[in-house]
Amino acid sequence: MKRQARNLMAALAMTIALPAMAQEPQAGGTLNVVIQPEPPGLMIGLIQNGPTQMVAGDIYESLLRYDTDLNPHPGLAKEWSVSEDGLTYTFKLHEGVKFHDGEEFTSEDVKFSIDVFLRETHPRLRTSLEHLESIETPDPYTVVFKLKNPFGPFLGLFEPGTAPMIPKHVYEGTDFANNPANNTPIGTGPFKFDKWEKGSYIHLVKNEDYYLEGKPYLDEIYYHVIPDAASRAVAYETGKVDVLPGGSVENFDVPRIKEMENTCITDKGWELFGPLAWMWVNNDNPPLDDPKVRQAIMHAIDREFARDALWNGLGKVATGPVSSSTRFYSDATPDISYDPEKAKALLEESSYDGETIRLLGLPYGETWQRWAEAVKQNLAEIGMDVEIVASDVAGWNQKVSDRDYDLAFTYLYQYGDPALGVARNYFSDNAEKGSPWNNVANYQNPEIDKMFDEAALMVSPEDREKAYAEIQDIIVSDAPNIWLLELGFPTISRCNIHDPVTTAIGVNDSFRDTWIEK
Amino acid sequence: MRDFWKRYCRNRGALIGLLILTLVILIAILAPLLFPQSPWKMVQRPFLPPFSQGDLLLGTDAVGRDVMAGLAHGAYVSLLVGLVSTIVALAIGVPIGASAGYFAGRVDDALMRFTEFFQTIPSFALAIVLLATFQPSLTFVIIAIAIVSWPPVARLVRGEVLSLRTREFIEAATLSGLGNLQIITRHILPNALPPIIVLASLMVAQAILLESSLSFLGLGDPNIMSWGYMIGAARTVIREQWWLSFIPGMAILLTVLALNLIGEGLNDALNPRLTRKSK
Repeated sequence: MKRQARNLMAALAMTIALPAMAQEPQAGGTLNVVIQPEPPGLMIGLIQNGPTQMVAGDIYESLLRYDTDLNPHPGLAKEWSVSEDGLTYTFKLHEGVKFHDGEEFTSEDVKFSIDVFLRETHPRLRTSLEHLESIETPDPYTVVFKLKNPFGPFLGLFEPGTAPMIPKHVYEGTDFANNPANNTPIGTGPFKFDKWEKGSYIHLVKNEDYYLEGKPYLDEIYYHVIPDAASRAVAYETGKVDVLPGGSVENFDVPRIKEMENTCITDKGWELFGPLAWMWVNNDNPPLDDPKVRQAIMHAIDREFARDALWNGLGKVATGPVSSSTRFYSDATPDISYDPEKAKALLEESSYDGETIRLLGLPYGETWQRWAEAVKQNLAEIGMDVEIVASDVAGWNQKVSDRDYDLAFTYLYQYGDPALGVARNYFSDNAEKGSPWNNVANYQNPEIDKMFDEAALMVSPEDREKAYAEIQDIIVSDAPNIWLLELGFPTISRCNIHDPVTTAIGVNDSFRDTWIEK
Repeated sequence: MRDFWKRYCRNRGALIGLLILTLVILIAILAPLLFPQSPWKMVQRPFLPPFSQGDLLLGTDAVGRDVMAGLAHGAYVSLLVGLVSTIVALAIGVPIGASAGYFAGRVDDALMRFTEFFQTIPSFALAIVLLATFQPSLTFVIIAIAIVSWPPVARLVRGEVLSLRTREFIEAATLSGLGNLQIITRHILPNALPPIIVLASLMVAQAILLESSLSFLGLGDPNIMSWGYMIGAARTVIREQWWLSFIPGMAILLTVLALNLIGEGLNDALNPRLTRKSK
């Protein structure tokens, strides 16, 4: 009877075209999630790889959260303000927030986390901290960041993977890397660490003292370690797990699983990362030092085909070096779309003379292998001779670090701001051998260096927008790399699990707002 | 020769094998004419089932490549690998086996221990290690297969030579002042040839299987369309598009079966007395 009444109401709601009814969240239940691969540790201040972030995101929190348009929302800070000159950021913290061991979370913890702990352990954050002058704590619930110069991306740093809040009383004065507390992580998050059965599962339980009334809704979370992709798909199909985070099953399994009953899929929750796939082009190796050859390659590649045939239609065709979900993305860049005739003409004019071009595929599974084959064929059709070079992950790292390649697949995160995730791949002086993540192509353009430097320091977002639009325009016309796709990593879950993804970091954020409909 | 052919034909299986192999060889030779375009060319939308479109008899694979073209070009690769690696294996195994058998004593000991060293390592595991160490190109695939498949040849040749070297005609040759090399090449090896030929035909089959297994695991040359590669690439969709693995699998099965049948036929034809005894 109750059910009928509800159905009736739902039908009514639809007929009168009301917006979707907000359901009342139900408390309780266990969430079973796949974690792949097993994280090396859960202390997120020390380890920031994907699986660690996913689990630790429930345990640790940062000052802010970001919606899928990258707008900041309250996290541990309930409000914040930025001074006119862009040099002072003031955060007001929630009162009564407790760490899992019962100690109160205060501004001292913020200062310790950023200034002491993460400055020592977190290379990516450390680069941004170069702009930081000092951190002041006028009272336990106020933190003031003073910058040396305006730094546009500053407000984008406060997510758990970049700036997690770490308990000062546990870590101060200890050897961070060897502190025994690393095995029983203590944060402020909605879930507490309970047990880690290595090779099998990680168990988190509800934080009863969480500072938001009524949250979290879930009682407990199991992160299941299942090393084989096919077994992960089966685990979902048989009901052992209910959430498959992006990338945990092979692409070709997605359509089949998607068709299952009570299964929902979303490609949201990657906006902060904006994973962009491209091919490095070794700008030093003739004939690839000729921009015409690179432009020819740019137009020879059928990105839509790759997306539809290899990535199940998920993701977006890239238009340049910046993902469309990253701030200051510009769509007014020169056209790089698939146009084999134009590609042939460009190749004709260029210095290309039948040389064999080596293409290094990304050893991350079948999809990438097929993609390399498709690209090889795309290039063969405009008359380029391409040879695929096979390698394992270590070999790929080695070859790319040593610049022993002509074309090489890769994909990287952008962290929401071109100053954080894009500039590093195009700066002239960030091109030294030895890293597969810097300016691997050895793109040299002093003008761009200068523009990147200036854009990062601009105060007003409007100015930055203009500056980055210009940067993107120039980079795309220089064509140092071949941009391919903004990857879509779908999160698959049962439809009765509500709100598994609510923010720009998706399942890497906590399951604070997630609830299970019974 | 006519006798040989007659004896061969008596084995009906061997005839069928020869027929299949001829067909495969024809397809391999004619592949560039029948399918002048590269087998990697993406001709249609992906996952077209077989017989759904006139000009694409066997449909398309995950990237929209013509399966029939892949099969034809793959036949060439499989046969090439099978043949060349067998020749290389014979080139290693025959001299080693012949020297061991002929010189006996310490030479025999040394060479056989060396052979056993290779025999104790599982051949497939060794091939994987070799290919993982070197760049996987067609040449290395052939070399790796040859390296793992010569020991049985050496042992077989040694056994044959051991039994032949005490015969009178060899003693006569020795007495007439012929050098060791001449005795081995002119008098012993020709008499040891029949079992080697039979073994060689089986080795070709073995090599084709090995190449397919290596390509299936992604250790083959990534620039060459082979049957093993086709199965390996299709295994991910085996639940939805089973025929993509099934078709090249059938091709491997038939070719290897054909070679085994031929081997048996050759055995019958080359060792007439053995055949009669077994009947």
